[in-house]
Amino acid sequence: MAAKDGREVSSKLVLYSFWQSSCAWRVRFALNLKGLSYEYKAVDLTKGEQFTPEFEKLNPLHFVPVLVDGDIVVSDSFAILMYLEEKYPQRALLPADPQRKALNLQAASIVSSSIQPLHMMSILKYLEEKIGPQERFLFGQTNIEKGFFALEKLLKDLAGKYATGDEVSMADVFIAPQIAISAERFKIDMVKLSLCIIGLYFSFVGYDLSHLIPL
Amino acid sequence: MAHEEKKLKLYSYWRSSCSCRIRIALNLKGLEYQYIPVNLLKGEQFTSEFQMVNPIGYVPVLVDGEIIVSDSLAIFMYLEEKYPQHPLLPSDLQKKAINFQAANIVCSSIQPLQNLAVLKYIEEKVSPDEKIPWAKLHIEKGFEALEKLLKDHAGRYATGDEVFMADLFLAPQIHAGIKRFNVDMAKFPLLSRLNEAYSELPQFQNAMPENQPDAPSA
Repeated sequence: MAAKDGREVSSKLVLYSFWQSSCAWRVRFALNLKGLSYEYKAVDLTKGEQFTPEFEKLNPLHFVPVLVDGDIVVSDSFAILMYLEEKYPQRALLPADPQRKALNLQAASIVSSSIQPLHMMSILKYLEEKIGPQERFLFGQTNIEKGFFALEKLLKDLAGKYATGDEVSMADVFIAPQIAISAERFKIDMVKLSLCIIGLYFSFVGYDLSHLIPL
Repeated sequence: MAHEEKKLKLYSYWRSSCSCRIRIALNLKGLEYQYIPVNLLKGEQFTSEFQMVNPIGYVPVLVDGEIIVSDSLAIFMYLEEKYPQHPLLPSDLQKKAINFQAANIVCSSIQPLQNLAVLKYIEEKVSPDEKIPWAKLHIEKGFEALEKLLKDHAGRYATGDEVFMADLFLAPQIHAGIKRFNVDMAKFPLLSRLNEAYSELPQFQNAMPENQPDAPSA
């Protein structure tokens, strides 16, 4: 099948991704939830593969993830998720109820605007240069904790097994990768946070945390 | 005569670019609202009254009867669905995606790096002189990205000849870049042209910081 610009277009979804990118992770999570198979194309950000002419054509901003769906090319995890939600409405990630939908989008926004941007490599590098290596770690940690405490407040009356009830929703798609990388890369003390976020984290790795419920 | 309360309430801070996005949306959709100022510099976001509306302490917050929505992105999507007049998202999926991407470049790559909390941090931990250069760096990086993104899509406005979501997120950021952070707009011909176009729209201009009820008088 030929695209408008003559490119050979597969009828399958293609995801350009980097294994460590939490933004790409969000999209992989959503694709899996919706039962959508896709071709995985690795873009090694540590080797500068986002600057190749091929990738530049797809996304002149050089970010991953990028989703290619036939003729349509979508970059940015939020834009991709909204596209998937509309084009492939099976297993909806956003609830129909307007208040709950808004809360999901707010949770997503807390992660994608208040947490993730503040621990990007480029920011941390700058802080290391201007202040010192210790500050790099501290800044990342502080902002992640701030964001997690905000999520705790937001979700406290809503969370069930997952962030906004007993089904995985858009909020979880953003929160789960953020928790995973925060615990690994920034050694966030997950016990500091209440059961809400811990429960989510361990749900995703299959642990039962009922023995940790404070008395 | 009974006092007619406006159904929609917006908690806003005059200078908050996130609040500005929503003020524009409300204007474009012809929605009247009660403006409730929250002075972020004075810490009014931490009062018990405001905490009840938004325990996270951010503006903007929209109250629509029983529904309370915080976060400009969430509010935007709520308004778009609940009040579909003057749609702010195109129906074409590719164009819609470009709008989300442009909005997200502003929300995630630019604004969070130049908000009050981060600027205060830079001022304290690095130096007061570093504040503006830091903000300028990130704004300009984001503006470069936007120029590339929108180059093949822009018409009279960011993604064509009609105002859409991207414009609502761009306008306040460009305004802040120019007024507060000395961004050299000559480097950004498309955004400069868009800014000119926005200056001709009363719905945009009425939403700008200096025209808000809580803006300090000149």
